[in-house]
Amino acid sequence: MHTDEYILKVEDIHKAFGANEVLRGVSFEVKKGETLVFIGSSGTGKSTLLRCINQLTPPDRGRVWLHGEEVTNSGKRINYFRQRIGMVFQNFFLFDHLTALKNVEVALIRVKGMSKEEAREKALAELRQVGMEDWAGHYPAELSGGQAQRVSIARALAMDPDVILFDEPTSALDPELTREVLEVMRTLAQQGMTMLVVTHEMGFACNVANRILFMEHGVIAEQGAPGVLLNDPQYSRVKNFIGQFLEYNGD
Amino acid sequence: MDQIAFLTDILLPALQKGLIITLQLILLAAPFGFVLGVGVAVGRQYGGPVTRFLCKVLVYFVKGCPLLLLLFILYFGLPSIGIVFSAFTASVFGFILCNGAYNSEYIRGAMLSVKDGQMIAAQALGMTRLQAVRTIVLPQAIRRALPGLSNEWIYLIKYSSLAYMITVIELSGAGKLVATKYFTYTETFMAVGVVYLFLVTLTTLAVNAIEKKYAVPGMIRG
Repeated sequence: MHTDEYILKVEDIHKAFGANEVLRGVSFEVKKGETLVFIGSSGTGKSTLLRCINQLTPPDRGRVWLHGEEVTNSGKRINYFRQRIGMVFQNFFLFDHLTALKNVEVALIRVKGMSKEEAREKALAELRQVGMEDWAGHYPAELSGGQAQRVSIARALAMDPDVILFDEPTSALDPELTREVLEVMRTLAQQGMTMLVVTHEMGFACNVANRILFMEHGVIAEQGAPGVLLNDPQYSRVKNFIGQFLEYNGD
Repeated sequence: MDQIAFLTDILLPALQKGLIITLQLILLAAPFGFVLGVGVAVGRQYGGPVTRFLCKVLVYFVKGCPLLLLLFILYFGLPSIGIVFSAFTASVFGFILCNGAYNSEYIRGAMLSVKDGQMIAAQALGMTRLQAVRTIVLPQAIRRALPGLSNEWIYLIKYSSLAYMITVIELSGAGKLVATKYFTYTETFMAVGVVYLFLVTLTTLAVNAIEKKYAVPGMIRG
């Protein structure tokens, strides 16, 4: 699945909210099929970084490239790029007035201009992929958090994006529901989906990520393959950070 | 003249004619009033500075002006600057403005209650703001605004009687003419009242049916 082609390039992203500098120059590149996991304490800019990539939060400085085309400063073309860059949110943000099926369909019809039949077929296929086909007719309020998050993953998948951004997708879920969502994400990663994941799930980071990027004070402090980060003594900070979690969990 | 003959030969035919005019006024004003309400609400919420200002000014003046005065301006005032409407057209315009301005407040309030995440998720899928407003925000907002909007529709039914003040012989006017001519105030106005009550009941039932049809489980917590 891996090719040497970078599909996403992030260059020197800066973002401040008032006097609070959240991102202070973040750069990285993503190859097709890679799963990058961003870890770090709360408030280190991980979520802001994801939102800067699809311009939901426009960065103050720096550029983002998708397949060599600039996403930043793209004007109205940003809507095209957002179709190519899927996003999954901590609080799901399913459309409250639409059934699971329609949540997945709506952008296919409105944004991609698919016919209703075509969109329905595609939406059902995506719901099947995340194990939610039987719930197609249910409204968001009738779904558990894990189910809602799986629908929102299906909604992102349906657009056939080049990359999906996951912004703490399991932080609002209890451990059992977390597992069902992580299973779906692991499968996606194995199928070659390119994913950027902000999470506090260290197990997922260590097992699924091709690279872990450890963020601290608005920059990427350390990065590398999980095995390297955990075993190489030069990466002390990330190991301490993960270590805290393991201690706390008792294993 | 006996009561039955008065009822069947004079009162009911007159009220029927008046009712037809009243229904025409309402059925012409309500849809445009709804569209105006949505437009003004969206303009105030998502428009540029100029649009926002214009929408605000419109709502401010319409809310601040007695409807009767608005009708007088439209019918008696505008001809002096060369704009001549028929009494019926002036009434419909007045009702649309009034209904639209108040509707916009219900819809705007309901839009404010739609969570930010809905808009964010829509934009993350590549929708333009306008697409997101149309397909995601408004359908939720209008559902929430329905109880308030139904109030406005009921007001509209009742203030349509003001058209009589600018010579439109609608339901109330028709009743007034019969009552004065035959000195049957009590019977006539009671009959007129029953017709309005019937219209309001019908509207209430219709809105209930619409609310039920478009209800989303769990979206609006009771």
